[in-house]
Amino acid sequence: MKNRWNLLWILLAAALIAGCAKKSEPAAVAAKAEPYKVAFVYIGPPGDLGWTHEHDQGRKAVEAEFGDKVKTVYIENVPEGPDATRIIRQYAQEGYDMIFATSFGYMDPMVEVAKEFPKVKFEHCSGYKTAENMSTYFGRIYQPRYLSGIVAGKMTKSNIIGYAAAFPIPEVVRGINAFTLGARSVNPKVQVRVVWTNTWYDPVKEREAAVALLDAGADIIAQHQDTVEPQKAAKERGKLSIGYDSDMRAFVGDTVLTSPVWNWGSYYKDTIGKAMAGTWTTHQYWEGLKAGVVRLADMSPLVPQDVKDLVKAAEQKILDGTWDVFYGPIKDNTGAVKVAAGAKMTDGEMLSFDWFVEGVVGKVK
Amino acid sequence: MSILFEKRKNISRTAQVLVPAASFVVSLILTGILLLAFGADPFATYRAMFRGAFGSGRAFTETLVKAIPLMLTGLGVALAFRLRFWNIGAEGQLTLAGVAATGVAIFWGRWMPSFLLLPTVILVGCLAGAAWAGIPALLRTRLKVDETLVTLMLNYVAILFSEYLYYGPWRDPKGYGFPGTEPFPEAAWMPRIAGRAHLGLVFALFLALALWFVLNRTRWGFELKILGASPQAARYQGISVERNIVLAILVSGALCGLAGVGEVTGISRRLQQGLSLGYGYTAIIVAWMGQLNPLAVPFVAVLMAALLVGGDQVQMMMGLPASMGILMQGMILFPLLAGSLFTEYRIKRTARHPAAGAAAEGAE
Repeated sequence: MKNRWNLLWILLAAALIAGCAKKSEPAAVAAKAEPYKVAFVYIGPPGDLGWTHEHDQGRKAVEAEFGDKVKTVYIENVPEGPDATRIIRQYAQEGYDMIFATSFGYMDPMVEVAKEFPKVKFEHCSGYKTAENMSTYFGRIYQPRYLSGIVAGKMTKSNIIGYAAAFPIPEVVRGINAFTLGARSVNPKVQVRVVWTNTWYDPVKEREAAVALLDAGADIIAQHQDTVEPQKAAKERGKLSIGYDSDMRAFVGDTVLTSPVWNWGSYYKDTIGKAMAGTWTTHQYWEGLKAGVVRLADMSPLVPQDVKDLVKAAEQKILDGTWDVFYGPIKDNTGAVKVAAGAKMTDGEMLSFDWFVEGVVGKVK
Repeated sequence: MSILFEKRKNISRTAQVLVPAASFVVSLILTGILLLAFGADPFATYRAMFRGAFGSGRAFTETLVKAIPLMLTGLGVALAFRLRFWNIGAEGQLTLAGVAATGVAIFWGRWMPSFLLLPTVILVGCLAGAAWAGIPALLRTRLKVDETLVTLMLNYVAILFSEYLYYGPWRDPKGYGFPGTEPFPEAAWMPRIAGRAHLGLVFALFLALALWFVLNRTRWGFELKILGASPQAARYQGISVERNIVLAILVSGALCGLAGVGEVTGISRRLQQGLSLGYGYTAIIVAWMGQLNPLAVPFVAVLMAALLVGGDQVQMMMGLPASMGILMQGMILFPLLAGSLFTEYRIKRTARHPAAGAAAEGAE
């Protein structure tokens, strides 16, 4: 028994020494000004290679830009719901100056905490609720989605395109509609079939959704999820795909024809810079291709030049501001005219999308 | 020479306190080594964890928020385990009670006088939890169906049912399609005491005392004790084994149900994803660590809650990967459970038993 205790003391002493050895260095840091403390709350891990990966790239861009004037931290795998409230509150309480939450389901938790900490700045990605100290930000990803639809519409042979989608909320519905409009602008025979996974981040479910769509005859898989799994599933079956979030071709290969991608760095640098300078105000940021917060990734060598030209032409119209994705005429998938020729959808209408355009097989509700 | 584990006849009070304390120190050291391997400062990490869980009034209320469901499910599980009824269905009982409470809150809230709403919500929720636990209890006592499997499977049924409701017919029509029911009317909110810690805390502490009293100071408690020790002996005493098991498990289910009611009425105030974050399973650890003693359960629940809340801190403030927090929880629990082996058993070194010796030699 005695030996056991000796061992314990030795271990304890070892741990103490190791701990003290580390602590002696950072005395010099105290002299400098406190860095601006920024926290990010993520739904998945940065290693998802998709949604959270791109936000984390943005966070890194902030660190690169401001150096030791900012300190950024993040927490991954935070479930949407009551636990998110606790996480966001803990950051606020620990003295973080600015908190970003990057999933739709963090909206109500963030509103709740924002009320309690009026001095902390809150930014919520993809929601619609704001406060004096809480802003929203998002990008018009539907623009590059439309462009990616052109590619898919031209490249499909079975005229069935599968779409693995997270939740039937306006954000996702808008993306499906933009993609379908793009595909049908070059190939009116295209059908887009939707499978809901009811999760943003779940590699297994995302893959299963893609497999079900391939079984249903789809020869191209598009997606609104957080990981590259649907793309991998398509590749394994020898089928093509359209990525999302990040340039998924880099992770999966040339079967990923292109991807609508996020580029958060410039936005994060801008809004954090403003917050540091004291010029930050409540805003609802929703920019598109022109601002560069979204873009279409470089295309796979499998995409022929004439398709690339078609995409370029459509992109130019959007950049010029002469035309945009949700300009009429647009019919819903029961055949009813929803947007008349010559009319265009307002931001408000786009933000509350609850119907599918013609060519989408599936139901929103 | 060989080593024997011998069950201790009486466990000394000192051992009961000292062994868990020593196990805790061991686990801190083990975890510290792990942290060093990751290049993190163990002391700073522990400080961050402690601060996250107890560092301020506000932080502590968040620990309590997690402790409340753990206390209630821990009590429910402890009661069942005392009867050797392996109820691992706390998760399902919690969830189904949450569903029932939600149904009352959003549908009856429209016509029910507001002062009656919350009591009704609580009552119906507890009844639902009890009913859900009653199924395996009846199956066990009537048909001798193993309760472990039934309680576990019913968890999935309850969870999938709740998902069906908030993804489907109960989905908030004003929620832009995002899964989750509409928010509860204010009359169905469990009052909050401090921060997000709600009245469920008072219920939990009161019920811990009440359960202790019932188990130790009443005739029914005595009957349950005999029954737990030996069903045969109970039968000889003329105690109805079946009836008592069913009754006790109904109470167990109601306790777990109250945890679910607290979550939907006190925290999320709607039914949505993340109703139970594995509380019903953590409750098993809570019950065991509390040695099935209702008075110990609240303390252990706070400790577990602190580990969960503090574990997140490791990630949030120290920048360690999410899996590190979970790893640390495991590292802390293992020595604690191993430690209980030493309180309950005596290690004996014996001269080689002739038979055992022969067997050992044969193996060599």
